[in-house]
Amino acid sequence: MTDALDNDPGTRPAPTGGDDRRRPTVVVTTVASDSHTWNLVFLQLLLEELGCHVVNLGPCVPDELLLERCREARPAAVVVSTVNGHGHQDGLRVVRRLRADDLLAATPVVIGGKLGVDGDSTSHAAELMAAGFDAVFEDGAETLTAFRRFVGALEGTSQGALEPHHTEHTIGVPV
Amino acid sequence: MTTQHPTDPSPGAAPSVAGAVRAAGARTAPGRPALSGIRPGFGAFVREHGGHGRLVVQPRMGFADAGAMRDGLAATRAARARTVGTVTLDSHTRVGWLEAAASALRDGVPLNGYPIVTHPAAVTGRMLSGIRDEHFPVQVRHGSARPLRIFRTLAELGLDASEGGPVSYCLPYGRTPLADAVAEWAAACELYAGLREFGLEPHLESFGGCMLGQLCPPSQLVAISVLEALFFARHGVRSVSVSYAQQTSAAQDREAVAALRLLCSELLPTDDWHVVVYAYMGVYPRTPHGARALLGQAADLAVRTGAERLIVKTTAESLRIPTIEENVEALEYAAGAVAGAPPPPVPFAASVAATDTYREAAALVDAVLDLHPDLSRALLLAFRKGYLDIPYCLHPDNRGSTRSYIDADGWLRWEDTGALPIGHLVEPSRSRAVTCAGLLADLTHVSTRADEAALAASRELPSG
Repeated sequence: MTDALDNDPGTRPAPTGGDDRRRPTVVVTTVASDSHTWNLVFLQLLLEELGCHVVNLGPCVPDELLLERCREARPAAVVVSTVNGHGHQDGLRVVRRLRADDLLAATPVVIGGKLGVDGDSTSHAAELMAAGFDAVFEDGAETLTAFRRFVGALEGTSQGALEPHHTEHTIGVPV
Repeated sequence: MTTQHPTDPSPGAAPSVAGAVRAAGARTAPGRPALSGIRPGFGAFVREHGGHGRLVVQPRMGFADAGAMRDGLAATRAARARTVGTVTLDSHTRVGWLEAAASALRDGVPLNGYPIVTHPAAVTGRMLSGIRDEHFPVQVRHGSARPLRIFRTLAELGLDASEGGPVSYCLPYGRTPLADAVAEWAAACELYAGLREFGLEPHLESFGGCMLGQLCPPSQLVAISVLEALFFARHGVRSVSVSYAQQTSAAQDREAVAALRLLCSELLPTDDWHVVVYAYMGVYPRTPHGARALLGQAADLAVRTGAERLIVKTTAESLRIPTIEENVEALEYAAGAVAGAPPPPVPFAASVAATDTYREAAALVDAVLDLHPDLSRALLLAFRKGYLDIPYCLHPDNRGSTRSYIDADGWLRWEDTGALPIGHLVEPSRSRAVTCAGLLADLTHVSTRADEAALAASRELPSG
């Protein structure tokens, strides 16, 4: 079942070309309770344009599946995107499980989106960082710039060719 | 999925409404069994008070705490508008992860909706008591692809209105195999239909008019909404509604709702159906003026097409879960925007049938119905063959070979129809590379346009 979620050029947003073997693999995922898709589609296209090979796990990813796919893919980074307001609780649990896995303990793992139910008037960054995330991208004016900088620092990406972007929408679809 | 959601019921478990209703006790049981006939429910209420230029308005609202949920319903009821109430469930309950809902309730961790399966029946009974009645029906909105446990709880509580669908609550929102969702939705419909034995007329609304909220061309939204309403009816539910979410062009939206009404009148085996319009379900404007303008356009779409019900969005939509006050403001704004509207003219069937949207939607519906006499099998075959195919949907059972774009006139068009059986009806468009900037431009087309109009208007105000 999960094979069909991979970046298959025939059925998924078209990759930007290049040899997957030379490009860093990034796993794009969300948390188990989050059903939103557009943020994941957008991130896949963005990461591909930044020179990454993307394994997009789609919405509602159970912890076990995320661990399993990360152990297989051995990604250069894991990007957790979540906008349903449960990202704070689910994110803490997910990153602890990733950090407890020998193969993934040192993999860069970042999280972003709408992480709480109160419109991010409370920052969850410190707690999420303490639990093991390498970066937290809360909804804000500099979010996308900061995220691009993070991706650009991964080995093998094409950071120099990027145009600046001025959009920072969190893309979600309320149920 | 069983390891992830061990509390999920077996889809094959025999539904037992009778036992459930009895177990719920006199306080929450749905009245005397059938002696006085079927009590008019949600569908009858909306058909009585909506349509012909009048609108029943409804919020999207769900709070974890029973007191807050009751306050929200009371405020909805008291709003200066003809309203129905909403109890939206939390995400953990939606995916059947009841331990997470229970531990969040126990630890006071915020949830994004009302955990109806986890709260004791008596708590929910008290929450609704004196608020939900024949003047104020309440619908439960949940988003579950495997809804049997939720519907069992609704039956226990005598809650006779809900929504969703085997396609619309499966493909966009998770990874449940479509075959599992179809099987469980069939069982849930049959369980829910059993409420008639207890004097209730259960109502189901198809969420098919949404499908990822944006960038699904209207003809496929119409087709899926009609197919899901047919699915409900074939599994015994006699009171249904079909949905349509406002998209990118008011003219195209009017064409779509007209097509939806015509297809329903042709295909649904019941008269007890109505149309619900959803205010825009994609990226929402950030400015209050832009958000209100978009909501006003949704209300206008509803009254001009004879839709009976409108589900509103608030000015806080782009930022967070709205407050009760923001919901009430949106309900009153939408109702006020169209108060006194004349009944819309009934469109000529022949002119509706000649529109692109109707012809595409009818071709999709017919092709799916022709695949198999059993609609469950037909829906599964349709997605396997690509006769239905949601643009950008990442679900493993979605073929993913269709693409859409917004044209220069703001109409949402097919860029690639994949294997959809409408190739003969759609002019081919040149294939463009999908970029993240292009996708973002289309995703934010509506919000950008509304916010820019609002900013332009505010600049003009001071100087007159």
